[in-house]
Amino acid sequence: MIEVKNLVKHYGDKKAVNNISFTVEKGEILGFLGPNGAGKSTTMNILTGYISSTSGEAIINGVDIMKNPIKAKSYIGYLPEIPPLYIDMTVEAYLDFVFDLKKCKLPRNAHIKEVCELVKITDVRKRIIKNLSKGYKQRVGLAQALIGNPPVLILDEPTVGLDPKQIIEIRTLIKKLGKTHTVILSSHILSEIQAVCDKIIIINKGEVVANDTADNLTNNVSNDHKLIVRIEGPREQVYKHIHALDGVTSVIADMNRGENIYDYEIEATPDLDIRRPLNTLVYEKGFNILMMKPNDLTLEDVFLKITMGEMVEDTFKTKDNKRTAVLNDLNISFENKKEELKEDDNKKGKDEKAKKEAVIDDILSDVESKAKKSEKDVSSKNNKKSNGGKK
Amino acid sequence: MGAIFRREMGAYFSSPIAYIFLAVFYAFSGFFFFTTSIMYSISDMSGMFGSLFLIIVFLIPEMTMKLFSEEKKQKTEQGLLTAPVSLNAIVAGKYLAALTLYTIGISIIFLYALIIEYFGNADWSVILSNYLALFLVGGVFIAITTFISSLTENQMIAAIGGFISLMFIYMIDYIAEIIPWKPVSDVVSKLSFIDKYSEFTMGLFNIGSIVFFLSAIVIFNFLTVRVFEKRRWS
Repeated sequence: MIEVKNLVKHYGDKKAVNNISFTVEKGEILGFLGPNGAGKSTTMNILTGYISSTSGEAIINGVDIMKNPIKAKSYIGYLPEIPPLYIDMTVEAYLDFVFDLKKCKLPRNAHIKEVCELVKITDVRKRIIKNLSKGYKQRVGLAQALIGNPPVLILDEPTVGLDPKQIIEIRTLIKKLGKTHTVILSSHILSEIQAVCDKIIIINKGEVVANDTADNLTNNVSNDHKLIVRIEGPREQVYKHIHALDGVTSVIADMNRGENIYDYEIEATPDLDIRRPLNTLVYEKGFNILMMKPNDLTLEDVFLKITMGEMVEDTFKTKDNKRTAVLNDLNISFENKKEELKEDDNKKGKDEKAKKEAVIDDILSDVESKAKKSEKDVSSKNNKKSNGGKK
Repeated sequence: MGAIFRREMGAYFSSPIAYIFLAVFYAFSGFFFFTTSIMYSISDMSGMFGSLFLIIVFLIPEMTMKLFSEEKKQKTEQGLLTAPVSLNAIVAGKYLAALTLYTIGISIIFLYALIIEYFGNADWSVILSNYLALFLVGGVFIAITTFISSLTENQMIAAIGGFISLMFIYMIDYIAEIIPWKPVSDVVSKLSFIDKYSEFTMGLFNIGSIVFFLSAIVIFNFLTVRVFEKRRWS
C-alpha cells in the first residue's frame, strides 16, 4: 500500500531524512517513533506531497507521489502536526469546504454526518472552530483527514495536547480505523505506539534504527533471565555469594537503597530460573530479600537504548548477534574493572577517588574503542554490500 | 479551484474586510463622482475615473494581504498543498475571489452612469472602456499584491509591501522623468500604468494596453505559483 524507498531529504547541509525505506501493507497500523527532530514529520510531509524529497521515492497505492502528486494525494488523509483549520469557519462549513477541496463523490450530507459521528464532533458542528477546545480542534483535524474515506491515513502526533480521556478515545478510534485503512501514526509517546500499532519504526537523526513489531522489539533487547533484586546485607559479601551461584553470569550492584540495602542486577545463563537458589542462598546467609522483579525492558527502555547509544544503534542495524556479544563483553570488562577496583580499595584506601576516576576513564575509552570497532565492522560490511551492488 | 474560491468569498464576507473595502470604495467614488460630475452638472465621468486609480492603490493591498500570508501563519496551507488540487488551482481560486470582490466594488460606477443617464445623456462607450480599464488595472494590482502576500506570513508586511509596490507603479512616470539616461527613461515610461489607463478614460480602446495588463496578470500569478513550487523543493 505504501512503499518508501531510500528517501533522502536535505535542508541545506543538514540531512533531515537519510535513506529511509519501509513498506506498510493494507490494513496495517505503522507507528513512527523517535525523539523530537528525528525526521518523523519530514518523512510524513514527503509522503503527503507537502515537500519534495531530495532523492528516493514514495509510492502510495501504486502511485508515485513525485510523479503524479494529485492522484497520490487523493488516496491520503493527512492530519499534520498542527491541524490545518480555518479558525473563522464553523465546523460544518469547514468540513464542507474540505469535501469540495478533495472533490469527493460521496453523498455530501450523509458522509459528513458519518465522519462527525465517528470522531464525536456532531454536537459542535454549528460552532466556530476558533472557540473550540484543543481536543475538539484535534478531532476536527482528524475529521478533515477522514473526509472522502481515503484508504491511507497519515496522522502526525494525533494525540498531542489532549487530556488522558481524549487520548484513549482517539487511540480507540485509530485502532478502529486501522481495520479498514492503512494508517501511519507518529508519536514520541511510546505507550501510545505500543497500544495502537502493529509495526513500529524507530527513527533517529533521520535514519531508521529499528523496524519490527512491538513485541519483537522488546524481546530483542530484554531477557527473561535477568532479575533485579533488592537485598539487605553487606554489599561485598552479597555480591560475592551471588556471583558464586551456579549459572550466574554477571552481577551488578548499583543502587544504594538505604543502609546496607542495594539493588542487584543479576543475569544468569538463558533459560535458567535462579530465583529459588537465590532465595535459599539469601536465607542461608542471613540476608533479606526486600524485592525481586524480572528485568523486563519496556518499549521505553528499548527506545532509549536504541536512540542513545551509537554502538547499540549500529549493531541493531546489522541485526546480528554482535550486539549481544558486545554488550556481554562490556559487562564482563565492567565486572573485571570492578574487581580491580575492589582490590585496589583494599590496598590503597586513600587513593580511592583518583583510582575510581581513572577506572571510569578506562571503561569509557574501552566502550568507545569497542563502539568504533563495531562501527568499522558495520561500515566495512556496508561498503562491501554497496560495492557488490554496484558491480 | 471552486472550493477555494467559495471559501475565500465566504472568508471575505464573514470578516470585516469585504465590507470595509466596499464601503470605503463606494464612499470615495461617490465623493469624486459628486465633486467632478454632479456639482458641475456635466455628464463627463473621466474626473472620477482618474481619481479612482489612486483609491485602488490604497485599497487593494488591504484586500489581498491575508490571502496567502494568513494561510502560512495558521498552517492551513499544509491542508491545501496536501489536497488533491494543483498549485495553479489554488492560486487561481484565491485570485478570482479577490477579483470578484473588486468587481463588485467597481460595478458601482454603473449606478453613477444611470444617474447621469437620468439627468442627461451618458456616453456608454466611454463608460464601458473606463470600466474595462479599471477592471484590468485592478486585476494587475491584485495579482501583484497577492504575489507579495505569498512571500510573507505577516499580513501587515504583505499590506505595506503591496502598497509600496503599487505606489511605485503609480509614480513610475515621475521616476522615468528623473532618470537622466534617455533609453532607460523611455523604457521605464513605457511601463507606465497611468498612461495606458488615462487613454481608456478618454475613450481610447487600445488593444496593446489590454495585452499589457493581461500579461502582467498572468506573470504575477505565475510567480505566486513559483513561490509555492520553490518552497516545496527547497
